[in-house]
Amino acid sequence: MDNIAGQKSTLTWAVHISVLVLVLAWVFPTLGLFVSSFRTSDQISSSGWWASLTTQERQLPAIRLSGDEFRDADLYVIEGNLFPESESTVTAWGTSSRAPEAFEAGHTADLGDGETLSLDETGNFRLSGPESWDGKRLPRVFTTASSPPEFTLGNYVNVLTSDTAGAGIGRSFINTLTVAIPATVIPILVAAFAAYALAWMDFPGRSLLIAAVVGLLVVPLQLALIPLLQLHNQIGIGKGYLGVWLAHTGFGLPLAIYLLRNYMVGLPRDIIENARVDGASEFQIFVKIILPLSFPALASFAIFQFLWTWNDLLVALVFLGTDDETLVLTGRLVNLMGSRGGQWEILATSAFVSIVVPLIVFFAMQKYLVRGLLAGSVK
Amino acid sequence: MHPAIMGLITIVVGVGGCIGYFYFSNMLLDKVLFPPSGPNAGRNINRANMIRPWLFLFPALFALGLYLAYPVFATLWLSLTDRDQGGAFVGLANYRQMMSEDKFWEAMRNNMFWLVVVPAMSTGFGLLAAQLTDRISWGNFAKSLIFMPMAISFVGASVIWKLIYDTRPEGTDQIGVLNALWVSMGGAPQQWLTIIPWNNFLLMIVLVWIQTGFAMVILSAALRGIPEETIEAAIIDGASPTQIFFKIKVPQIMPTIVVVWTTITLVVLKVFDIVLAMTNGQWETQVLANYMYDKLFRAFDWGVGSASAMVIMLLVTPILVWNVRNARREMR
Repeated sequence: MDNIAGQKSTLTWAVHISVLVLVLAWVFPTLGLFVSSFRTSDQISSSGWWASLTTQERQLPAIRLSGDEFRDADLYVIEGNLFPESESTVTAWGTSSRAPEAFEAGHTADLGDGETLSLDETGNFRLSGPESWDGKRLPRVFTTASSPPEFTLGNYVNVLTSDTAGAGIGRSFINTLTVAIPATVIPILVAAFAAYALAWMDFPGRSLLIAAVVGLLVVPLQLALIPLLQLHNQIGIGKGYLGVWLAHTGFGLPLAIYLLRNYMVGLPRDIIENARVDGASEFQIFVKIILPLSFPALASFAIFQFLWTWNDLLVALVFLGTDDETLVLTGRLVNLMGSRGGQWEILATSAFVSIVVPLIVFFAMQKYLVRGLLAGSVK
Repeated sequence: MHPAIMGLITIVVGVGGCIGYFYFSNMLLDKVLFPPSGPNAGRNINRANMIRPWLFLFPALFALGLYLAYPVFATLWLSLTDRDQGGAFVGLANYRQMMSEDKFWEAMRNNMFWLVVVPAMSTGFGLLAAQLTDRISWGNFAKSLIFMPMAISFVGASVIWKLIYDTRPEGTDQIGVLNALWVSMGGAPQQWLTIIPWNNFLLMIVLVWIQTGFAMVILSAALRGIPEETIEAAIIDGASPTQIFFKIKVPQIMPTIVVVWTTITLVVLKVFDIVLAMTNGQWETQVLANYMYDKLFRAFDWGVGSASAMVIMLLVTPILVWNVRNARREMR
């Protein structure tokens, strides 16, 4: 067996590295969005997010000097700092786009006509000349600077509190929550009773019904859109939350019944028959024995349904509508991609707001999610 | 009324209504209609037990029938009628019109392309990830990171990948990774999502990224279920790790691979959000579900829209039949 053991240890390295590459490839896209949501709009549009994690030396866009002038002896002077908000370190600078790295930091440049400009490492400048600067265009400065990583929470404050910048992301967040929670809770109960009947009660047509449920699992909900919208209009629900809740309940039921029935069938027969012999009614058996024992399956389905309703776009667009008042997060994001496609700080932050809740649910309840997947990998 | 409060009330009413319905209907059955006492106690118990399953099933069957079964037939009917003529029966006219549209054939072609690429790549990567992570100490951690995109909405994933495909003018720093790599290798920045036909592939990558975790989780469980003896026997017979994987493990988990493949196929047939959010079907990236949405809610052509929905249903039907047959076989 020596050679096999040896083979294994040489292979282990390759395995570790391959897994690392896979994991990085899979995390990298989300990480990009996450990091971008903490950068200012200038930073996002001028450099890749991966560059923001380390100190970067690069050429900055030209900055036109500004400030109040004062007299120093017989000179008119303007002093100030190029980077009032960040901590960049200037390595080279210039006053023309043809020679943007003409001078070192700390150098005093002669601009002609007795005018001079000096710029130190931290961005402090001093511009002086024999005549007043009033009415003149002040020179532009090109700098090559190294900036440390810099992040801000400003985007989140902006997106969540300001209606114009975030275009109502805060409201959409509430809307999505309003859609998702009832649409998760209601089908569970309806499905649990049906699953119990299909698992533990004997009646003619049972296996036919189970087959029907399996069949309905795969019916595309695209088919249901127009007939149900017509129906909702006829019975007076129209477009609104009630319609979405009902639609999600209907679409979620096959998976719920399928998952719960498969789980309940596996519960020990003795418990149920003993309870029957002891005179418990079916209702009592269900509420006091089956429901508590089925908790893992209930949790699995609840997570599925919550993720699905939270992330859904189509059902919400069709049954809730595209009004500003009722638009859900996913719908809002699609609109933002159209109208503010270039404003990555808003888009990235909004997108992260929309995916953070499912991510929390995912990491907190992963165990149940995996269990549910293994039990019902048909949908 | 604020929708959130309405939501809360709906939960209470919905849950309370369900519990109330089940409780009172059972009570009615046991206490009033067929009480298990008196001269006919035995017969009453039998009758109550015949009715009770239907009490338990009724709300679910009603919802399933109304929200899934009925629409299949209603859509079929809509696809054979014309809304502008007041819903008159027009036979296959809608289908003929659909067949004559280039956009429909473009959507069909792209859908077929999606149907091959996405399940194949997701299952392939998933199998690879499952096999590799099962052997190392931090495998579970790695798995949950690869699994994570599963929780992200298709629209959120579209935003994430749009950042990757982003383009800046030549000469400035690229903020999209793909262009940054491309430029660093000496290319000029590209508008990736407009390059036909590769843009289709770039959209598929998004779905592969989401679905791989699913395939990995299922296949990993299947790999663990393989009996140790078969692998030990292969090792003793001198099989190489590659041989063990392809000739011992893969054949044993073949049924699971098929399940994973068909499940992802179903997702692909319904893919809509990604295309809508990233290209909206421009630059020859149309797919059936988005074509249908266009017809139904932008052109308001219910006839052709329903006809294209029926095409999706038709494509799903083989999987439906296969699933039902499997389920029936398992029950026996």
